Amino acid sequence: MILLQLFFEFFKTGLFAVGGGLATIPFLQDIGARTGWFTNGDLTTMIAVSESTPGPMGVNMATYVGFESAGLPGAAVATLGLIAPSVIVIVIIAGFLQKFRQSKAVDAVFYGLRPASTALIAVAGLNVALSVFQSTGSSTGGAVQLNIPAILIAAAIFVGLHLKPLKKLHPIAFIGVAAVIGVVFQL
Amino acid sequence: MNIYLDLFLTFAKVGVCTFGGGYAMLPILQREVVEKKGWAADEELTDYFAIGQCTPGIIAVNTATFIGHKYKGLAGGILATLGVVFPSLVIITAIAAFLSNFAEFPVVQHALAGVNAAVVALIASSVLKLSKSTLKDAVCIGIFLVAVVLAFFVGLSPVLLIVAAGLVGYVVRMLWKLELGGSAK
Repeated sequence: MILLQLFFEFFKTGLFAVGGGLATIPFLQDIGARTGWFTNGDLTTMIAVSESTPGPMGVNMATYVGFESAGLPGAAVATLGLIAPSVIVIVIIAGFLQKFRQSKAVDAVFYGLRPASTALIAVAGLNVALSVFQSTGSSTGGAVQLNIPAILIAAAIFVGLHLKPLKKLHPIAFIGVAAVIGVVFQL
Repeated sequence: MNIYLDLFLTFAKVGVCTFGGGYAMLPILQREVVEKKGWAADEELTDYFAIGQCTPGIIAVNTATFIGHKYKGLAGGILATLGVVFPSLVIITAIAAFLSNFAEFPVVQHALAGVNAAVVALIASSVLKLSKSTLKDAVCIGIFLVAVVLAFFVGLSPVLLIVAAGLVGYVVRMLWKLELGGSAK
């Protein structure tokens, strides 16, 4: 019955966690506390792994928690539970939008919404930049220090993304090169 | 290739190439879905991200469902979503089974430091690309700037921001009847 319970718990998480993968963490803490399937310490490991592996973080978290709780079937069921509410809600909204595509009112709403959406993406990038471009370690005594190598890598990749022959490369090529640089220079 | 298989595989590729939250998916979506496949336009991606922010579920999944549904209805939405989560299922299961201390390996931490720097550059470049289709006139630029300040400095909830911006759009276009050279189709 643990599979059914896993599906239900993650369905709830998918239904009530609005936003990115980080929004699911409070729900996962709650699941761990109520069911005893995993501890908060386990969760910290899972967050670290989810952030350092390919795949959207929220999906990685669900898969990991499901696997720790009930093996491979648990991983599959938890992931399906997480995505089920999204699929239902988005399919309804998408159908609605298709119907009102010609509506001037819907068009006007999207006119205002697109710049705001662009702004939210820019701010998300800014927040990632803030955490990546600062080195915080006990060695700095709590003072904020710039992570110069990370800034240089980001700047070089940004230029590469807009340079003629290089910009044809797939984004994953830039990510791969940056990973190699990180390993070679021990970032 | 079968259209549904194509949807599944394309989104599996998007899943593999995404490091971090749903926003890290944007550069990959622009390349695979907008430029290569032509399944959506840049400004549609911003629509999906906006709606994905305000609706239940994580953004990456919401966006995949949206694009799949637009291209091939319900089955398309489901297959795109299954595609985007499939790599996670394989990779995380393998790591959880064999390498639960994966994130502690120094080599992983160094590689990740590089990857994160690349993700910053990729998101910056994506935002620039998006802004060409979403910031077409003074009103749009105004909304963008106010939204950046409210989200970054004030920490206003994204849901409130999106709803407010939609209202502003409605008021500007419908009530004031301003006919600007906007991005609206």
